[in-house]
Amino acid sequence: MRDELRELYQEVILDHGRSPRNFRRLEHPTCLAHGNNPICGDMLVVYLDLDKAGRIADVAFQGQGCAISMASASMMTEVLKGKTLTEAEKLFERFHDMCTKDDFDAAAADDGDADAMERLSVLSGVREFPIRVKCATLAWHTMQAAVKGEQEISTEGAP
Amino acid sequence: MNRKASALKAAPGDNSTAAFDIERIRADFPILKQKVYGHPLVYLDNGASAQKPRAVIDAMSRAYESYYSNVHRGVHWTSQRSTEAFEASRGKVASFLNAASDSEIVFTRGATEAINLVAASWGRNNLNAGDEVVISHMEHHSNIVPWQMLRQEKGIVLKVVPIDDDGNFLIDEYRRMLGPKTKLVAVTHVSNALGTVVPVAEVIRLAHDEGALVLLDGCQAVPHMAVDVAALGADFYVFSGHKLYGPTGIGILWGREDLLNAMPPYQGGGDMISSVTFAKTTFKKAPHRFEAGTPAIVEAIGLGAAVDYVSAIGFDAISAHEHGVLQYATEKLSGVDGLRIIGTAREKAAIVSFVVDGIHAHDLGTIVDRAGVAVRVGHHCAQPVMERFGVAATARASFGLYNTRAEVDALADALDEARRFFGR
Repeated sequence: MRDELRELYQEVILDHGRSPRNFRRLEHPTCLAHGNNPICGDMLVVYLDLDKAGRIADVAFQGQGCAISMASASMMTEVLKGKTLTEAEKLFERFHDMCTKDDFDAAAADDGDADAMERLSVLSGVREFPIRVKCATLAWHTMQAAVKGEQEISTEGAP
Repeated sequence: MNRKASALKAAPGDNSTAAFDIERIRADFPILKQKVYGHPLVYLDNGASAQKPRAVIDAMSRAYESYYSNVHRGVHWTSQRSTEAFEASRGKVASFLNAASDSEIVFTRGATEAINLVAASWGRNNLNAGDEVVISHMEHHSNIVPWQMLRQEKGIVLKVVPIDDDGNFLIDEYRRMLGPKTKLVAVTHVSNALGTVVPVAEVIRLAHDEGALVLLDGCQAVPHMAVDVAALGADFYVFSGHKLYGPTGIGILWGREDLLNAMPPYQGGGDMISSVTFAKTTFKKAPHRFEAGTPAIVEAIGLGAAVDYVSAIGFDAISAHEHGVLQYATEKLSGVDGLRIIGTAREKAAIVSFVVDGIHAHDLGTIVDRAGVAVRVGHHCAQPVMERFGVAATARASFGLYNTRAEVDALADALDEARRFFGR
């Protein structure tokens, strides 16, 4: 098997893809949004529960999609729990850079999220597959939309 | 997976005949020599767009290099030569479809624009609230959305002919749907997502019995089979050039001449008028009244070359070869563990859509790509079909005249690899 494919589909990703964590609906979420990738038909809903201090008390998702989008959503729910919205936003920015920038330096600009970034680094293989970046970031874009109060987002710019 | 380039050459039983030499045909397509990630390119995404033979590429280069100019305007040599070549292509397409005259061939940007043209021109002027347009459950979005837009605007009623679990067009249901309110039946000739060949002769006969017109979307039909619009008795027929081994940006609307001439222009501009004053403009007859502005000149010339290319080989030979490949692919892929073919209609063109248990189509697409195999993954711009079969996406191998059984083997091997990879 070619190395880039092994890098993309690491065992951790296959595992998250097969049995996604926090794959459930929140009954009374603070906010939620639907995310679509119309190119490949990935669809998911991200639910967020915020506490009074603005921290993410709970985050979950449901939907269907490829192994990359499912694994990324699953891992996102794991790393976001307990984060403030500002921290979440910053983490997404770092994660996005990791997925798209060849000169991304995991060690640089460590702002306390080293742990989360290390866990997310198994998804860095998408860099070699530009068409799959949208799969890896769909859940994050959806989370961001939910926080901003948008109901629906699409990777193709239109609902 | 170690596969030598030679492994992709035609195997015995590849339906090569004196009239159809698969090796010679493959040599006509320069891109087929391309290596992808170290593997020979196995291009099985012809339903999305087909590759171009040298004859098309050369015809377009020749136009640009030796006689290119705008058409229908110049007195100079290049404009006359370009106009001749452009209009000669129209004639080639007319013969290709067995149209009654060249005037029945309208150049458009593609099939999508052709359908939009009919909806905006014929539809807007002939349809009223309550009038019914019949489509099928397996239309491409381009034959759904224009009618929905018209529904929004005019209050027409859109009726959808169901399909069965194999993807067969349900002709009895269709018959029951027709009535005095039916004004237009707009259906695909061949389903892009399932490969189903719709019994269009019967569809047309029944529609005409009710006084309705019929538009056929021939995008997935014209690359695979001879189409005779006169024998079919159709009213409108549309297709895209790039799926017929021609360039992008050019497509065809064929319409009966009396219908076209009774239709108002679609867009206004140059090249479509007889005379213009600020008080009044008179329009040319079809097809020119529908071709406002400078057309895709060299693309039209390229399409003419593509039509010449497939016509020289002939659809008897092309269909025989492709059916051999389709049958082989159907058997071979059915043997892949966990693979389910979506679309098993009685009559099919060379398209095989499938899903594999536990592996999303998008992941399949990425993995087989690394083996040099290009397939389409997703909803194929036919989301109602996906919904009908309860899948979010499928992978689709769509074959062209240059594909071989060895390429089917390459796909099957790559799918096996994907299954091992995902532990399925």
